[in-house]
Parts: sequence; structure tokens; C-alpha cells
Amino acid sequence: MSLGASVALGFLLAQPPVQVGSKVFTESVVLGEVATRTLAASGIPAVHRRELGGTRILWDALQRGELDAYPEYTGTLAEEIFAGRVPATLEALRPALATRGVRIAVVLGFVDSYALGMKAATAETLGIRRISDLQAHPQLRFAFSNEFLDRADGWRALQRAYGLPQTDVRGMDHDLAYRGLAAGAFEVTDLYSTDAEVQRLGLRVLEDDRRHFPDYQALLLLREAAASPGVLAALSQLDGRVSARDMVAMNARAKVDHVPEARIAADFLKATGLDTGSPVLPGRARRLLGYLRDHLVLVGVSLAGSILVGLPLGILAARRPRLGQAVLAGVGVLQTLPSLALLVLMIPLLGIGARPAIAALFLYGLLPVVRNTHAGLTGIPGELQEAAEALGVSRLERLWRIELPLASPSILAGIQTSAVICVGTATLGALVGAGGFGQPILTGIRLDNVGLLLEGAVPAALLALAVQGLFEGLGRLVIPRGLRLVRMP
Amino acid sequence: MRPLLLLDNVSRAFQGVPAVRPLTLAIPEGRTTVLVGPSGSGKSTLLRMMVGLVRPDTGQVLFEGRPLTAESAPAERRRMGLVLQGGGLFPHLSVEDNAALVARYLGWDGPRVAARLQVLLDRVQLPATVLRRYPAELSGGQRQRVSLLRALMLEPALLLLDEPLGALDPITRSELQEDLRATFQALGTTVVLVTHDLGEAAYLGDTLVLLREGRVVQSGTAEDLVRRPAEDFVERFVRAQRALPR
Repeated sequence: MSLGASVALGFLLAQPPVQVGSKVFTESVVLGEVATRTLAASGIPAVHRRELGGTRILWDALQRGELDAYPEYTGTLAEEIFAGRVPATLEALRPALATRGVRIAVVLGFVDSYALGMKAATAETLGIRRISDLQAHPQLRFAFSNEFLDRADGWRALQRAYGLPQTDVRGMDHDLAYRGLAAGAFEVTDLYSTDAEVQRLGLRVLEDDRRHFPDYQALLLLREAAASPGVLAALSQLDGRVSARDMVAMNARAKVDHVPEARIAADFLKATGLDTGSPVLPGRARRLLGYLRDHLVLVGVSLAGSILVGLPLGILAARRPRLGQAVLAGVGVLQTLPSLALLVLMIPLLGIGARPAIAALFLYGLLPVVRNTHAGLTGIPGELQEAAEALGVSRLERLWRIELPLASPSILAGIQTSAVICVGTATLGALVGAGGFGQPILTGIRLDNVGLLLEGAVPAALLALAVQGLFEGLGRLVIPRGLRLVRMP
Repeated sequence: MRPLLLLDNVSRAFQGVPAVRPLTLAIPEGRTTVLVGPSGSGKSTLLRMMVGLVRPDTGQVLFEGRPLTAESAPAERRRMGLVLQGGGLFPHLSVEDNAALVARYLGWDGPRVAARLQVLLDRVQLPATVLRRYPAELSGGQRQRVSLLRALMLEPALLLLDEPLGALDPITRSELQEDLRATFQALGTTVVLVTHDLGEAAYLGDTLVLLREGRVVQSGTAEDLVRRPAEDFVERFVRAQRALPR
């Protein structure tokens, strides 16, 4: 057997790690950690690709095989994936998912649905346990998240279903609603039944006694192709093991106590006896080094692409004025696209991870390179252009020996702009799983943890400054000495 | 005498405004022809036509009997040397690299370049130390000397100068006029020079071609123009060159 064949065989035999994803909210990240650690404890290599975005991104990644598993909810599947055509029950969802090559590997055991909540003390005084109890208290003030107020199955439907008489109802941001509730500005709000605040603020979740809200049972989805007996056996240990109380407690540890999700998951698995190992949490230096490496790859590869494509485009634009206008307009339009939108647009084409981020950054970085190359070449004084043409050398020689060196200060400035933009914009890459300094920023925002946020923001800013400095230095190497003696005429 | 260069019924307009009206002009070999005239007379456009930087709308340019076309121009230009008003030196290249750029492109080796540079440094009266300097480090007069040196590098058959002394102070200008005349005489090259200064034209030129609004008004020696003006305009142009009282 040849060496190549044996290497290929070895590659096939080595099990690729199971790719576990999570959405960009705390509960999903904790569950992703729990699933990953459970697999690892059974000797199955697994990696957690955390905070990837919303339902659509995760589901599409699962469909493309970029992810093997991620935590999901019955209600979300019914509403968002099957657009209400499939009821939110396990019996209905299992065959519907099977047609898409996905199975429910685990029903975790808790329900995280929309619910109404009040301060436990108030509820106790008024004797309210169920939503129907609210009928007897028309004086109560309600504040709902704007989304809940607008949704077809939100407040209006709830009001009809329970015949609620209250008239003092307003909309506000979900997090602000918790603060208002704590301050006594109103008595009732909507919540997710496993929100950390339920525990922290001492809330009572009112029983949905007429079963108005759809079922949001927490599940682990698994791609059929990844459903080996070993993986199934490992994950099935989690079946029914996560109670609502467990989940609320874990969410609270993450959001209130700022405990890393990996530790929360490890502690949970230790408590349930599924895994006795301790998480190896990388120190700050190791973490930063990892972010830096990811970030530099994103910036380096995309910037190289911007230069390799942007420079010839800029030259073309300078040579053919009419075509040049079209080229400049084209790359200009790319620049006007919000970077976040450009990033998300790349996902259907390139999936998740570094590739869509690099593609978006590459397109984003084109304009400064193209525009400055064009400006540098067309800005060469007329007499020098004539002198160059009168030499009688080939166009390529003229470009290489005269025009590009004369345009080099402008071109270098364009590349520098591109690089600095790139370093900043690359922090958005974390939204599609590309890593980098955006990762701690994203987590910091989610957990309202300023320390974590700064762990990403400060190095990203320093990196931008370093890149700026690097190009100043590079100018001394690249820009010919004669040009640095005086400003261009 | 066979003309080295012939402008055959050429004309050229820019955005509908005629710069050169149909005219025929022969540049005799081995002599200095000066195109002289006021601003906007078309003299610079005519010079650019000779080197192919401006293409005529009608007619053709014949260089040594061969038509100068877009295809042939790059090769023919290596037999021409061009000096522009500001020198046209490339600021990113040292004097040596400015001068030797095309020679090296054509494959000249180091010793051959060095030898040629040495000859020309003497010719244009520059010290060898200037070779390593950059254009920004030179005075205006030095820059024009370097520009002349660069134009002469490949021993051109035709030397073209567009207002080469127009931006210089009077003393430098006068020195350079003398050196230019000595150079033209020593080399025996065919020269076309553009100027609006009749005194300079008379001092440097064998033949003067007086232009006005894209037409040749009169051509001949300086003496012809002064003593036998073809029309009123020639007289006025001559009189406009004010002499200092002696």
C-alpha cells in the first residue's frame, strides 16, 4: 500500500470530532457545553462551536453538515422551521425532522416557554398561581416585551384565551421589563420560564392552565448521518436529566455570577454523575493568544485577497476610464452594504466559520485598495506621464518601473485603510463562528459582562493601532526614497 | 536635403477647438529648428505630434520616411530624446536610474552604461556626484541638464525640447542657452525646440518657424523674420521682444 493511500485511510478511520453548535443566548451555550462534555466523557471527540447566531443559521449549518448537533425547542421547530405546518409535539416533529435527515437525540426534560411572571410576594398576597387567576384583578399593570405584544400568538391571543380584563398594558425591552418589575412599576410581565431572573428576582411563573402557549420542550437535535451508536448512547444519558430548576440555576450562574459555561456544564454533569472530570479552562493569556491567532488569520487572508484583486482592478480602472467608473461604482456599492448584512449574506454560499467572514472582509476591503490604486495612478502629474510614455519602453515596464512606484504612497495608504477597517470589522466574524476578538465581545454583550467585553475590544483596538504602525514602517521600505524627500508636485 | 521628420498635412483639434490647422512641415536633418510663437499657437502640440504623444486627426507623421503609428511609436521613440519644461524627471529614481532606465531595459551592461554616463556628464557639465542624487535634491538648472542627459543617453537621431528653459531664472537660463548651443553644434544632431522667446529662438535655431493659431505664419532664419516679415503679425511679434537699452 502506498504512503498516500495509507495516509488517506488513516484519515478516514480517525473519527472527526462531533460538531456541536449553540445559539447566541446563554441557555443554548450552556446546553451546547453540556452536550459536548457528555460526548467527550464517553470518549467521543467533540467540539463546541458556540454562539453561532439564530435558529436559521444553526439549522442551515446542520442541514449542510457543518454541525452535527445543537440544542433546540419543539415550539421553535414548529413555528420557525416548519412554519406552523407541523404541530409542536414530539410525535409530529420526529417524522417531519426525519425527512430532513435530522433526529431528536435527546429530550432534555425541561420546558422553556413563554410565560407570565410576577414577584412571588405580590402573587402570594393576591393569591395568584395560574394565569386564569388574573381575571379577578383588573387593576394589575402589565408590561410586555415588544415582540410579545406584536406576535399573533402573543398578548392579544392570550387576552382572548383567558378573558383578561386589564387595560394598563405597555411594551418595552425584555431586560428593562425585569428592572421595571423589580422597581414596582408594574406587576406582571412576560418571560421565558427558565430565565435567570426568575431565580434572581424571586419571581413566580404563573401556570398556563389553559395551555395557551405552545410547547417549548428543550431537545438536542442530531444529524442522522452523525448518529452513530456511540454518539447516540452517549447523548441518551442526558435524556430527561435537565429539569427546569436545573436550567434556571445554570442560567443564573452564567448571567448573574459570570461563571464560564464550561464550568457550569462540568459542575452539572458532576452533580448528575455523568462526568466527574473538571473543565480545563484556558487562562487569559492562552485565550487571548487563541483569539489573536483567529483574528490574524481572518485579517491576513482577506487582506491578501483584497490586495491581489484590488490592485489589478485599480490599474484597470485607471487604464480604461469608462470601465473604471463602473468598477469604482461596483466596489463602492459593496462598501455601502452594512458589514453585518454582508456577513450574513455569505452564510448560504459559504456556510459558517472563517470562510464567510473572510469572504465578507475581502469584499469589504476591496474599495480602499481599488480607489487608492486608481487615484495614485491617475494622479501622476501630466508631465511625468508624458515623460514616461516618451521613453519608448513597454507598458508593463512603464507600469512596473515608473507608474506603480509613483503611485505607491497612495496605494499603501489604501491598503492601510483596508487593513485597519478589516481588523475592526473582523470582530463581527464571531457571529458566524469565525472566532477572533469578536468572541469575547459577543459573550460579554450576552452576559452583560464588561470585563469579558473589554477582553475582546481592547486587544482589537490595540491590534488596529499596531497595524497602523506597521504600515507607517512599511512605508519606509516600500515607498522609494526619492518620493519621501518631497511631497509629490 | 532629405527631411528627418515630415509632418504631412497634419491637423488636430481638442474638444472641437483646433490646435493645429492642416499644415505641412519638414524638419531638416542635422539642424536646429525652433518652433516659436505666442501661447496657444500650437507649437507644443506640434512637438508632441513628432514624438507620437499626440496623434494627428488628419495627415501623418513620417520619421525617416516611415509613418509614426501607435504600433511603431514606442520603438521609434528610442531614437528620439525628449526634454520637457519641468524636466520630467521621475522623482522616485536617482539621476543615474532616470538616465539609464531605457538603456538597461534594452540590455546594456553596467560598464557600457557607466561609460556613456561619463561622456554625457562632461557634455552637459555635471559632476559625477550628481548621479546618486534624487531630482528633489537638484536645482532647476541641474534638473534640466539631467533631463538633457537622459534624452541624449541612447544617441537619438532627433532631440525634442519643449520650453526647456521656461522655468529658469535669467542667469541660469543664459548659461544653459550657451551650453545648449555648444551641445547642438558638437553633436550635430537634428533638434526641434519650442520657445516663445524670439531671442532664444534666434540664438539657438538655424531655422525659425513662427506659428499663430495653429498655422505657420513664416519660416526662415531669424534675419528673414526681422528684415522680411511676411505679415503684420510677424512685425508685432518681433517688436514685442523688448531689448534693454544699451
